[in-house]
Amino acid sequence: MRDKISSSPVLSVVSKILFAPIIIFGLYVQFHGDYGPGGGFQAGVIVAAAFILYSMIFGLSKGETLVPIMINRYLMCVGVLLYAGVGIVSILLDGMYLDYNVLSSDPSTGQHIGIILVELGVGITVATVMIALYHSFASFGENND
Amino acid sequence: MNFLLINFFLISLLLVTTFFIFKTTSLISVVALTGAFTLLCSAIYVNLDAVDVAFTEAAVGSGISTILMVMAAAKLPEGKKNKLINLFPSIILAVSISLILIIIIANLPLLGDPNAPIHLHVVPEYLKESKDFFHIPNVVTNILASYRGFDTLGETIVIFTAGLGVIALLTSNTLNRKTNFKKNNKKK
Repeated sequence: MRDKISSSPVLSVVSKILFAPIIIFGLYVQFHGDYGPGGGFQAGVIVAAAFILYSMIFGLSKGETLVPIMINRYLMCVGVLLYAGVGIVSILLDGMYLDYNVLSSDPSTGQHIGIILVELGVGITVATVMIALYHSFASFGENND
Repeated sequence: MNFLLINFFLISLLLVTTFFIFKTTSLISVVALTGAFTLLCSAIYVNLDAVDVAFTEAAVGSGISTILMVMAAAKLPEGKKNKLINLFPSIILAVSISLILIIIIANLPLLGDPNAPIHLHVVPEYLKESKDFFHIPNVVTNILASYRGFDTLGETIVIFTAGLGVIALLTSNTLNRKTNFKKNNKKK
């Protein structure tokens, strides 16, 4: 399973073509979430879907070289810490926890900055957790044989 | 009229899908049908103008969770078919739950009723304020990230914890679990 590369050229060509547009769409959903439907959760899932597609088609070990497991685990923490860190920064700037008004001199701009940072944190955590879930499921039971 | 027709069509498709979920015995087809079920649900949400919910349902419900369920089903051994011995308790349970739900639905406010309690509490304030103050058109994002920032922080931590739990359970080379497994199997 780990090193099995899909024998069908159709699948590998299609997934190579689709990989970049899926990530671009994920980024669009992430940063256009203020104006259209979407946000961190959906964007994280879409970006994770691209990486999962890659490791489904080209094998798990190639997927692991694309996203190393330890970096993935660190990024899981980075997302949550980014979210919580925005709250800490707003405390340090004499506001309440997660009060984005103080992030900029103009409260409205402050809200913009806060919402974008918070959604980025959600997106990073969701994407990396989904990739970690896939890798745990896919590699389960391989070393026990 | 179109709204009703589309809703009727989607809900009858939902019923058909549910019937086949009950009828099929293969695990993979149950997973595929569940994916179809959530996709139909997201179509219903689009019809109800809840685009954000529909987007989430399509991405998470029919996208990622279907993939993860397929992976989990592929890892499972071929199971024996269990005979259903006594259907009576489950029938009683299902009938009583559906009765409760029908009574609740009868007491819900009508769809789109502007005087429903949910539209009178904090929603008017949110709608008014986010247009004047945030200058962000998507009110859902405002509520999710700003008004309800603590809830979303909690949700993110829940997802993080779930990922940690799965990694701890399924990654075999940590804690030297491999040797413990073999010892336990030998004792049996």
